[in-house]
Amino acid sequence: MRRALWVLAVLLSHWRRHPLQLATLLVGLIAATALWSGVQALNQQARTSYDRAAALFGGTRVAMLIDPAHATFPQAAFIELRRAGWPVSPVLEQRVEVGGRALRLIGIEPVTMPAETAAGAAVGRGDLHAFVAPPGRTLIAPETLRDLGLRPGATPRIDRSAELPPLQPQPQLAPGVLIVDIGMAQRVLDRPGLVSRLLVGHTTRNAAELPETVAGTHLQWVAPDGETDLARLTDSFHLNLTAFGLLSFLVGLFIVNSAIGLAFEQRRPTLRTLRACGVSVRLLNVVVVAELVFLALVGGLVGLVCGYVIAAALLPDVAASLRGLYGAQLPGALALQPRWWLAGIAMSVGGALAAATASLVRMARLPLLAAAQPDAWRQAQRRWLSRQGALAALMLIAAGGVLLFGDSLLAGFAVLAALLLAAALALPVVLDGALQLAAKGARGALSAWFWADSRQQLPGLSLALMALLLALAVNVGVGTMVRSFSVTFTRWLDGRLAADIYVSAANETQAAEIRRWLAARDDIGAVLPGARTEIRIGGAPVQIMGVADHATYRDNWPLLRAAADGWDRMHRGGAAFVSEQLSRRLHLGVGDRLRIDDDWSVDVVGVYGDYGNPKGQLAVDIDALLRHFPETPQTRFGLLVAPEHIAGVLAALREKFHLDARQLADQATVKAESKRIFNRTFAVTAALNTFTLGVAGVALLTSLMTLSGSRLPQLAPLWAIGLTRRRLAAIELMKTMAVACVTALLALPLGLVVAWCLIAVVNIKAFGWRLPFQVFPAQLLELLGVAMVAALLATLPPVLRLARMQPATLIRIFANER
Amino acid sequence: MNADRGMSRRGFVAGLAWLGLGARAAAQGFAGLGGAAAGFAAVTPGRKFAFPDDFGAHPDFRIEWWYVTANLRDAGGAAYGVQWTLFRQATAPGPQREGWANQQIWMGHAAVTGAATHRFNETFARGGVGQAGVDVAPFEAWIDAWRMAALPPLSNETFAPLRLQAAGEGFGYDLRLDADRPLVLQGDHGYSRKSERGQASYYYSQPWFTATGRIVLDGRAIAVSGPAWLDREWSSQPLAADQTGWDWLSLHLDGGDKVMLFRLRQADGGHYFAGNWIGRDGRSVPLPSDAIEMTPRGFTEVAGRRLPTQWRVEVASHGLAVDAAPLNPRSWMATSFPYWEGPIAVHGSHDGVGYLEMTGYPVTG
Amino acid sequence: MLKVVNLSKSYRSAQETVEVLRGVGLAVAPGESVALTGESGSGKSTLLHLIAGLDQADGGEVWIEGACVTGLPDVRRAALRRARLGLVFQQFNLVPSLSVADNLVFQARLAGRSDPAWLAELSARLGLDALLKRYPEQLSGGQQQRLAIGRALAVKPALLLADEPTGNLDEVTADEVVGLLRDLVARSGCGLLMVTHSTRLALRLDRRLHLRGGRLT
Repeated sequence: MRRALWVLAVLLSHWRRHPLQLATLLVGLIAATALWSGVQALNQQARTSYDRAAALFGGTRVAMLIDPAHATFPQAAFIELRRAGWPVSPVLEQRVEVGGRALRLIGIEPVTMPAETAAGAAVGRGDLHAFVAPPGRTLIAPETLRDLGLRPGATPRIDRSAELPPLQPQPQLAPGVLIVDIGMAQRVLDRPGLVSRLLVGHTTRNAAELPETVAGTHLQWVAPDGETDLARLTDSFHLNLTAFGLLSFLVGLFIVNSAIGLAFEQRRPTLRTLRACGVSVRLLNVVVVAELVFLALVGGLVGLVCGYVIAAALLPDVAASLRGLYGAQLPGALALQPRWWLAGIAMSVGGALAAATASLVRMARLPLLAAAQPDAWRQAQRRWLSRQGALAALMLIAAGGVLLFGDSLLAGFAVLAALLLAAALALPVVLDGALQLAAKGARGALSAWFWADSRQQLPGLSLALMALLLALAVNVGVGTMVRSFSVTFTRWLDGRLAADIYVSAANETQAAEIRRWLAARDDIGAVLPGARTEIRIGGAPVQIMGVADHATYRDNWPLLRAAADGWDRMHRGGAAFVSEQLSRRLHLGVGDRLRIDDDWSVDVVGVYGDYGNPKGQLAVDIDALLRHFPETPQTRFGLLVAPEHIAGVLAALREKFHLDARQLADQATVKAESKRIFNRTFAVTAALNTFTLGVAGVALLTSLMTLSGSRLPQLAPLWAIGLTRRRLAAIELMKTMAVACVTALLALPLGLVVAWCLIAVVNIKAFGWRLPFQVFPAQLLELLGVAMVAALLATLPPVLRLARMQPATLIRIFANER
Repeated sequence: MNADRGMSRRGFVAGLAWLGLGARAAAQGFAGLGGAAAGFAAVTPGRKFAFPDDFGAHPDFRIEWWYVTANLRDAGGAAYGVQWTLFRQATAPGPQREGWANQQIWMGHAAVTGAATHRFNETFARGGVGQAGVDVAPFEAWIDAWRMAALPPLSNETFAPLRLQAAGEGFGYDLRLDADRPLVLQGDHGYSRKSERGQASYYYSQPWFTATGRIVLDGRAIAVSGPAWLDREWSSQPLAADQTGWDWLSLHLDGGDKVMLFRLRQADGGHYFAGNWIGRDGRSVPLPSDAIEMTPRGFTEVAGRRLPTQWRVEVASHGLAVDAAPLNPRSWMATSFPYWEGPIAVHGSHDGVGYLEMTGYPVTG
Repeated sequence: MLKVVNLSKSYRSAQETVEVLRGVGLAVAPGESVALTGESGSGKSTLLHLIAGLDQADGGEVWIEGACVTGLPDVRRAALRRARLGLVFQQFNLVPSLSVADNLVFQARLAGRSDPAWLAELSARLGLDALLKRYPEQLSGGQQQRLAIGRALAVKPALLLADEPTGNLDEVTADEVVGLLRDLVARSGCGLLMVTHSTRLALRLDRRLHLRGGRLT
């Protein structure tokens, strides 16, 4: 043990003499661990809250039965199915308003609740008797309780009528949800004997064995992986984050790899001395691994702390994105589980060992006696290049295969990953080809040497160049996608936000008052009534939007495809426009027919863009909607007002009806708010993008530092035969910039392919809509510039060192190198 | 857990403790039940039983069960056991509340036991909405799809004929129960003492049932028949605070006599014995505590517990001296409140079959 | 002390097989210093490496202190090297990241037996006292080789193997280093086998062996 410690001390003494190298290694480890664990922390945070949300979604993990035609159905169906041996449990759910806040009231039956749902556990931890027996309990997330400004035990009224059972905070619950016993829910919602759905517990039976009608109701089986699942909906978002985290991790490992490689090269004589002085191979291997693990632990711990900071900094944006895109509620404070720390450390250690594998293997095989210099580098390089090329071709074939046969979001990302890997692997081959071509055209000894030497340098630089290629390509891809989205989204907003002022009254009475008041004014161009209700089609929620017959809609509505007489047919009541998401999900096109419920079917006469909406949407004539769904609240409407009157009308409305910002807004405000949400959605992506590029820059720097040391012996003879140090440095700079430039140029088309993949494959799977693909040359040029600056910054330190090197040093290197 | 030392025949309340009712019920254990069963009806000697009303539920009492066990054989002579149980527990005294507010909680246990297999399941329900309950006329006791129902006309004397059904993953049964002799009142005319300090229950049985029908075990349908035994028991304070569990058995002896014995284990290592000897003529005689000997003779490790699955059973006053062995020593009911329940065979002064139930054995380190 | 019996070694390359040693036998007694001379490529260093267990022989045996060490596994050979052998190379082979003091005790600490009095004496005799806090790169060639000798002798080895220890040194320094080597070997009673191509230096040792064509003459 003491011997091992002494050997460890000897090895560690290397870092004391080379603090910069140690710093590089640690920066690599920290960068890798920090970005990865930061992203994981965000994902974990989100998933924890989805678990809590599972309590309210009910249908996420278990199958459920619903009445496709009605919001509720008689509880007798529950009894009938139980008595037929079906393990079902009733749920009654409705949106309610408490203290001006919209919440979901969910009534559950804890005794039969399937164990798979989180709600059962949440109640189980409390007191069943207190929950079910009068006065009962209302379980509520602590933060929602705080938001409402209420204390535990309070009994607020819902919708200004029935009183809820006493509130009891329950940390496992999702925000914005109230959970009560089913009996309590039926009482406060005045729905005696009615349920919204039945959850199906563990059973070997399936939908086919379900009776045609149960208690006179035709029930529809909704499989557990229905579209309502919040976790599934947001999977794409998290997969996106994870992909970036993984990319950063890999790029960080490039740094680790080159730092360790350098340290190994420099310590080769020391390792030999250790062996000669009586350290066995076994002991040496153990100690070297121990040293690496120790460094990985240090780097990993610091990386985790940085990851925590990154996650905490990004959390508001992530939370805003998730809320904006999916309506998923995320608590504002980061809470991490021990598992996260352990996983982060494990990633750091595992990553460091993986990155060091080549060095470790070389060390284990290190001949005790200095071997002859391998002079067959050219042959070795050819072998290496053909292996890289073969692997790249393989990855490309894999990408093609997945693109052809895959049909999921994961497949989309797999295509991306395979494509990027193929490109990265092919990079040295392409670069070698390019340099060979240049060498052929070279005249003069120096330029011939220049190109040949560049080729010889390739293996040492290729990892860093691959990192640069990947980072750049992803930057180009994501940048193009975001810009495409931005342009499309802005255009779409202009179309959708047709009215100048939006009003949402507190209730029908107030809505009627406002309408009367508006009718009496002469500065109002038009009042456009709006109404919206929600139904289920195929078990998934679908919004139905009532659209008034007004020219402004015909002029602006963002239709992607439409029948010629679409608007007229829609306003006659028998036709509808469907959102792109819904058209994809239900495979609906113009000319198809859609059954809304038992007595209303419509022709699809158009498809429109509805970006950012996780639910499917239908646009129908507002009068038709109110005929079929008379209970639809008519509290929203838009106003057309001449620009000069907008401020006046807003002020008057606010004054007269005490409307707050959520109830009254002008078009500009709504637009600004939408764009703000949109920008935040991609803020995280942009931040990670920048990080990744930075890490790639550091990887390039460390690779060059590593190379510069080992390249001095090759440069020293040139200096000896008469090239100035300045000239040598300039040549080195040009060489690196040349390969970096070729790499960056290759990254641009690759990035556009990545963008196409994101837009045409990933987005459709993730969000259900497709964007028009656009190329932004200015953006590409900008990125190219950034890449070259990064390469320049990474190249400068070693080159400057060379330019300033003392002649004595060069002499010594020249003399010592055999 | 404290609840483990609780109940009894059948561990219902502890099951509820798992459901969450529990923190309080468990903390009180049956100490609470044994003490003041405030608001619930009390069990007192001298009650007059009336049928069919007493087939039904007694919601004023805290706890109640309908319990059937059957010792069956198929055409080839292979032995099987069947258990069907419905428990009722009131979570609060007082008038019965309507609908979901009803304070009754129901639990069902069902099992089929073969020499090598033991399949079981459990289910829960709240009263007041029809998922579980007991109707007197026509008689039906049910929870979900498990039911024990009259095959009219039902005799008030014999509580027969009945149809008994249950099914779960890997098992099921559909049996007809017939009887040619009247119900038997256990203890002292149906008043069954559970301790020297007055804990007691109302308890009657139908030990004369003959079951015929089909069982299903791991997908195999088997025609079976054999003797069955019904227990009806209700109480508000069935156990004393220091009683940790019990060993109960019922015997169908070849000569036609029926025996019910139980041993309540006390925390101090002592036991409270009780039982009835039911002659083939239908006469039920309470056995004095000192006439009964029940001695563990062999143990089986099940679910981390050391359970006495082999017994020496002696009732000196009736010349009974037999060794009892289980059909399947692993007849473990791994339900929310777990216990051992399975068919046994006895040999010695008498031969016969029966059922053994053991509760309250702690997990051994 | 050291006995080499019929040692042979050949190297294979793609084109040919070179027999470097063909049945070499020699012995070194305690306190005896032996010079091994020969032309470049005659196999002097190979012989030394085989004795030190740095390389494996094709045939023959090496006995150190009455024990045959040929064919021992790496762990045993390493143990032998750190406890019983001292090695001095032409390239000094110091650990650049360790101070002079740490380099001096380096092998002794590996062997787990450092004798402070002996180290102090060595340091004084080798003229390193004033340099202990420096690093190898700050020493002259002669100083570095003296340090390497000190490191090898610190462990009080039974046998000191030196491979061209003066190859990188000028004549004056070389004489001084060889003088020191002789003195210290005599003082500690270990055997010395020194490879050199310098006949002048070889003459200063007790005995000379010449390697030619893979055999001793």
